[in-house]
Parts: sequence; C-alpha cells; structure tokens
Amino acid sequence: MISKKNKVVELEHAVIRFAGDSGDGMQLTGSLFSDSTAFAGNDFATFPDYPAEIRAPQGTVAGVSGFQIHFGRTDIHTSGDLADVLIAMNPASLKANMRWITKEAVIIVDTDAFIEKNIIKAGYEDNPLTDQSLVGHLVVKAPLTTLTREAVKELNLDNKTSQKSKNMFALGLVFYMFNRDYTKTFSFFETKFKSNPLIVEANKKVLEAGFNFGDTLEAFANTYKVEPAPLETGRYRNVTGNLATAWGFLAASEKSKRDIFLGSYPITPASEILQELSKHKELTAISFQAEDEIAGIVSTIGGAFAGALAITTTSGPGLSLKSEAIGLAVITELPMVIVDVQRGGPSTGLPTKSEQSDLYQALFGRNGEAPVIIIAASSAADCFYSAYEASKLAIEHMTPVILLTDGSIANGSEVFKIPKMEDMSSITAPLVEANDPTFQPYARDEETLARRWALPGTEGLRHRIGGLEKENITGNVSMDPLNHQLMTELREEKVQRVANYIPELEVIGEDEADLLVVSWGGTYGVLLTAIEKLIAEGKSVSLAHFKHIMPLPKNTKDVFSRYKKIVVCEINMGQFVNYLRMMFPEFKYLQYNKVQGLPFMVTEIVEKVNELLND
Amino acid sequence: MTKAMDKKIDTKSLELTKKDFESDQMVKWCPGCGDHAILRSLENVFPELGIPKEDFVVVSGIGCSSRFPYYMNTYGIHGIHGRAAALATGIKLTNPKLSVWMISGDGDSMAIGGNHFIHIARRNPDINYLMFNNKIYGLTKGQYSPTTPFGTKTKTSPQGTFERPFNPGELVIGAQGKFFARVPDTNLKLMSKIFKEAAEFRGASIVEILANCIIFQNKIHSLITSKETKEDNQIVLEAGQPMLFGPEKDKGLKLEGTRLKVVKVGKDGVKEDDILVHDPTTEDPGIHMMLASMAPPEFPAAIGVIRAVRTETLEENVWNSVEHEKKHSKIKSVDDLLNSGNTWEIE
Repeated sequence: MISKKNKVVELEHAVIRFAGDSGDGMQLTGSLFSDSTAFAGNDFATFPDYPAEIRAPQGTVAGVSGFQIHFGRTDIHTSGDLADVLIAMNPASLKANMRWITKEAVIIVDTDAFIEKNIIKAGYEDNPLTDQSLVGHLVVKAPLTTLTREAVKELNLDNKTSQKSKNMFALGLVFYMFNRDYTKTFSFFETKFKSNPLIVEANKKVLEAGFNFGDTLEAFANTYKVEPAPLETGRYRNVTGNLATAWGFLAASEKSKRDIFLGSYPITPASEILQELSKHKELTAISFQAEDEIAGIVSTIGGAFAGALAITTTSGPGLSLKSEAIGLAVITELPMVIVDVQRGGPSTGLPTKSEQSDLYQALFGRNGEAPVIIIAASSAADCFYSAYEASKLAIEHMTPVILLTDGSIANGSEVFKIPKMEDMSSITAPLVEANDPTFQPYARDEETLARRWALPGTEGLRHRIGGLEKENITGNVSMDPLNHQLMTELREEKVQRVANYIPELEVIGEDEADLLVVSWGGTYGVLLTAIEKLIAEGKSVSLAHFKHIMPLPKNTKDVFSRYKKIVVCEINMGQFVNYLRMMFPEFKYLQYNKVQGLPFMVTEIVEKVNELLND
Repeated sequence: MTKAMDKKIDTKSLELTKKDFESDQMVKWCPGCGDHAILRSLENVFPELGIPKEDFVVVSGIGCSSRFPYYMNTYGIHGIHGRAAALATGIKLTNPKLSVWMISGDGDSMAIGGNHFIHIARRNPDINYLMFNNKIYGLTKGQYSPTTPFGTKTKTSPQGTFERPFNPGELVIGAQGKFFARVPDTNLKLMSKIFKEAAEFRGASIVEILANCIIFQNKIHSLITSKETKEDNQIVLEAGQPMLFGPEKDKGLKLEGTRLKVVKVGKDGVKEDDILVHDPTTEDPGIHMMLASMAPPEFPAAIGVIRAVRTETLEENVWNSVEHEKKHSKIKSVDDLLNSGNTWEIE
C-alpha cells in the first residue's frame, strides 16, 4: 500500500507531453498547465505538435495533437528532448508518442479509450496496455471518460458535453502529480466560459475530481516538485514566437512613430502574426489580407512608399512568390520587413513542421543583384527583439529586411521578461522635411548610404521611383552602363555597412577551444543547452550563434580563426555552412544536418560534439 | 451630378495649371500612340480637381501605359507587372488623403494582374484606375492579349487566336465593381469629363480607355471611333438622359423582355418615352451589365459612365475601425499591451 501522503521528489526540470485526438483539447490543456507553471515560478518552454489537417480522422495516428512543456528551476531554453510524463488520451496518441518519451516515463492513459476499435485504428495488433510493450514505464490507467461523467453527474449534462471536459480531468491528475494549486485555473474557466455558468461549474468539478483522483489513487509512488527558477526580478509573460513577432512590430511602430501597414496572405505557420496584428487597430496597425502572396508584398511596398512601417509575413512557398517584388523593394530602396516563418520544403513540403529551409532563398532568391538585410530570430521571446531590430534597420537604412523565424519558435512558447518601451533603442526615420531644397530622391547619407524617405503628401518633394534602374542622386530612369555599375555597388555597399550597426558575434564558452559549434536562428535553445552541458563537463567546446546573417558580424572571421575545428549545425542540408564557405573560404567547416521536420535534440548535439572531440 | 459624385471640388483655392503636372522627362511613346492624348487629358484634369499637387500619386505596373508615372510631375511609383492595384491599395490604406491614380493596360490588368483587378473592384478603395485597352501587348512587340478579338492574327497567334476575349466592363461589374466608365482616346473632351467624374467618385473608379496602338493593333477601335462609323456604333451615356444615338439621334435602346434592343424613335410606334433613361447609380447591376456588354454590329458600344454606385470604401471602413478602437480600447500604448492579460511578477 502506498500512503496517500506520497513522498515529494524534487526535480531540476521535467518534460510533460499531453497527447490526444485533434478534438480532445490538448493545446488548451497544455497552455493551462503552462499558466500554472508560470505561477509556480519556473522557467519553461513549450511546443505544440499538431497535424496539418484540422480534424484528421478521429482515433488515427494522423489525427494526434500534442503539446509539450519543459519546465525547470534553472534556465530553460528548449521544449525538451523526451518527455518524462505522457498523457495519452487514446491508443493513437500512445502509438504516436512512444518515441518521444524517456525509457522510464510515466504514462497516463484513458483506459476507456482503449477499446478494440480504437486499438485497431491506431495500428496496434494487440492492446498495448496488456501486451508487455510498456514494460519499464509506470502506467497510470484511469477510466478518464467514466470518471469525468461521474464528476458532473449531478449537473445533468449530456454525454457529449461532459466528455468534452475529460481533458480537465487529465490536467487535474497532472496538477496533483506536480503539486500544483488547481484553484488558480478556476479563474480561467470563469473568464473563458463567462456566458455559460454550467460549463464553468463542470470544468471546475472535473479538474478537482482529477486532482482528487490522483490523491486517492494508489498508483503514484511519488509526487514531484520543481522549485522556482532564479529568474531576474520583473514582470513576465508567456509568448509564442509569432505573438512576439507581432508585438515587436507594434513596439517598433510606436518608437518610430510610423503606423504599421501589414499586407499578408494567410499561410501556415505564419498566419498568427497577421491575426495578431489585425487585432490591434487601437495602436493603428493597418492590416490588409491580400488576395495572394504577391499582392501581400506589393501592397506592403505601397505602404512603405506612403510612409508606413511596412511588413509582410509569409512562409517558404510564399517567399518564392514574393521574389520579384522584393527586387522592386530593393531598387526603390524602401524600408520594409518580410517575415518568413520557415517550414519544411520544397513546394508545400511539411507545412506544420519546422526547417531552416529558406536561407538560400533569402540570400539569393531574386533576379539581379538584390541584396537585403537578413536577420534570424533565436527563440520565441527573441522574435520580439528581432522584429524590432528588423524594423529599425529597415527604416534607418532604407532597405527591405528579411526576418527568418521558423515553425518551432513561431509556435513554441517561452517565458518573456516584459520590457519597458522607454528602454528600447530609438528608431529614427530618415524623413525629408517639406520643401527641403536639397532633396534628391537618390541622394544618400554618407555613413549609412541610405537615401531619404520623402512621403507623398509632403509639399515640395514630388518624385517618381520604380523598378527601372535609377540614376544616382536624381532617381531618374537611366540605362547608362556606368550608372548601373555604380548603383549596383551602392545597393550592395549599403547593406554591407549595416555590419557597423549590429552587435559583434559573441561566443559562449572559451575564446579558444578545440571545437567551435556554429548555429543560426531558431536552433539556439537546443545548441545552448547542449554546449552549456558539455562545457560543464569540462569539454573544450564553444558556441557561436548567428542572428545576423546578412551582413555577418564584423568579427566573424576573427572568431573562427581561434578554434581548431568548426562544425556548423543546422536543420537543412547545409545552407549556412555553404554560405560561410563562400564568405570565409580560408576555414575548414564540418557540418551536422538534420532534415526530418524536427528540431535537434540536445542529446544529438552532445553526441555529435563528443564524436568530433574524440576524432 | 449624381449622388455618387459627392466630393466637392473647389478650384479657386488652388491655382494650378497643366504646367504644374508636366514632368521634365522625355515622353518615349511612339508618335501617334493614343497614350499621348490620355497624358494631355490628365494633365488638364489634375489642376481642376482642387487637390494640392503633392497629394497626387500616380501608380502603374508594366507595359507601355505603365511608363505614365515618369511623365507626370506628381509622386509616382512604377511597379511590377500586373501588381499596380496592390501598390495603389497599400498607398491608399496607409494615407487615405492621397489622390491615387492607377495606370494599367489590358495585359497588365486582364492577364498577369487579373486577380488583383477583380479584387480591387470588390474591395472598392477610392482609387482612380485608368485601364488603357489597346487589345494587344505593345511593349513586348505584338502578342495577343486577353482582350484581343477572337481570331486575330498576332505574333503569337499566326493562325488567329483560339481564345475568347474578356470584356473589362463585364469583369468589373461581375466582381462587384461600383464604378465603370468607357471612353475612346480620340475624344479628349469626354475623356477629361470622365476623369473628373472618376476623381469625384468615392470608390474604385475603373475607366476603360479604348486606346490605339499605332504599331501593333492600329485602328482596332475604329468602328467605334472613326468619323464615318462612330455615330452608329457608339452611344454616349449620360445620367438622366434617354439612351439615344445615331447621326440623327433617333436610334435608341429599349428593354424588351429581359434584353436590350436597338429601336428607331418614330418607327413601329416607338416613342421617345419608350427609350431607357440612363441611371448609373442603381445598385442592381442588370442594365449596367447589359450596357457594358454591348458591341457592334448588333449594338453600339456604350461610352461614358456606365455604373457609379456610391457605397463605403475600403479605407473608410478600415480607418473608421481604427478610430473606434482607439476610442474604446483599454490599450493605449505598447506598454499597456505588453502588460495586458496573463502576466506574473518575479520578486
């Protein structure tokens, strides 16, 4: 017999994965657990894993929707490699997630769902709960559906409605397991189902029943507690990368005093940025859902010409469609940010899976010599600062900027320390005053080479721009050979000089070591976790993570020269490593690549680094 | 003036002339091209609209017509092929006070930009859209366009085209367009009048200009425009006026059943009262669609403002929403936003 007062085991960190049918409400369950994690003072990161279809056939592996949270008493940079606890609402969820859990993971299943029909639908030959396949795991078998129905019996709800809250039973159970205060979640129900007190009551009862079931059930040997993380003092919130991207733009808009114009076409996994900015008319964000990707960016160019902080958002296939228009933005030297939330390619590829797929496209995917600034966000929270910096560079340097994020950080969430607007750096638009007698459309700032921004409606500055080559200074159409050479060089030099305005590359670890691990963009969290672990073990390895891709930080070459070996890790076939080979051919680069629509795991990086160090 | 045309024009406060809008750039259209007349006409109209000269923006795509922005001394942007409607929409949404003029051709609007064309008509931003229809690709030197008549021999249709053409007016009306006018490039006076009406109309004013390409499609509109044949083959529509045409103005349009019919006043008992009276402001597109579709030889081609139905514009709706949200939202700044909703304090 196990005592009801179980032993409380303290953990450094833990990973929980909620999995069920697309309609089982796993994303909500996960996000409510995240909220409670925030209240508990832990650092955390989350990642949703959902199918490309909205409601794939019920009970099939294709229809499984998952949500993973990694939380801890130390800094958490990833949503975790493998889960310590899996909640599987049906056989398909169990089947789909067995490869994502540790060998000792606790598995909580709804035994009501493990009926023959569902077991076969999931592709099992035998019932996995009885065929020994789960040996090694602690399997908590609970008839969640029945227990949920019992919990709300007195409310006289119909079967369908009562069953809908079974995810809250599972949540209550996990709350018990991790010693969480479930009453905090009650206020969420009260707001969310304000108009339906019966549903509020039902959810409360079910959540509580789940918690109490954990308490009375004799299955848990221990419960767990993760102490608060030593986060800096301040105000925090949880953000996904897409939300943070949208808010970064709103911050840049306020700082630069330029209204937002966003012209976008919905595309997975970028649509949330368009959706979020569409909500914020109170901050004068003008959003325009265009008829296609091309109209999205071209309307954005119109917005930029008229003086807006102009933005378009897309993913890989959409960036392809925007190529020609990016060229127009380059030659008209108008400021705008093109956000590409990268996903698995080519073509439609893996729409809901992440990949560092579009670096080549961002660097080279246009006709003519068409350089743009490229920034890659490092994490969900960093999307805020990346969107802000992309806007600042676009406006102050009068050029399009491509901001690369990816499906992992766009949909993943992490804890975000709320900044104060007064602490954000200034953004100064190079606007021309009315009737400025010195105005010439293509005259440039000596330092940045940026031309100035003369807005339609301003007296005395009428001028024409467009896609035909421009004469230096005057901006008149010119087919002069030497002028074309000059303008091509100026556009290139303008982007290169941005290197004077971005931070230098920082190295995590020693300034000199046997191995330098190089990464860029959304893989930062995994790489940082892995390298910190290796450094703690005394390995001679450092990490150089790139956020600025075009131009590269000025000290890149200097950093590379201090290490015996360099390995570039990326979620593609080697786009960044080949770019580095082109830029700094004097170094020898090893590469480590993965193209499975999945992020790196910390263990994979650790293993690879150890292998290279032992070579 | 119809109720649709409710923008007050006051020329007295702004003493502008044609000269204010002439650019210093060499106009590089072929001698005899219809585009010259359109440029002259627009240079004449702009000073008369009561709009400060810095508030004009001329936007274009690609094609002969699309060189237009370089030839006018206004703010201008020459875009990429087919996409001027998107450029213009972005400009107008960002700064609704600008007077946005979009110049396009039949290739730019009907082929590569067909998608944008129907959507600008549907969304109804207050943009003046001048579509030069010469029924040919001129800048690429003579390939057929989506408005080239069936069977026409061109460089890419040596046996004659195999495709039925679009009628731009039908597309505009079919796409929920609220303003459609048609005018030949040979009638400068009417062109100026229609440009003014387009400017006064709040909404997407789409004007099809029957333009002549002297090199690759010469006299394509001659049945409608030449001195000898035009009286019988065009009808100039005017709001509130009976639809009469012909050298003697005795031919007219009558509704018979559900179809239009050409009749002669005084013949077969037809009286002037039987002739349809033009009302461009009726919301129902039925008659407007039939008028837009008319073509010789059975019917005269309709010239003038065929449809002008006032409704709210895209930017009015968007900016009204902005004003409303600004007034009612609790969020007044980004600091407010960042601290809204679910946050927690670490002490």
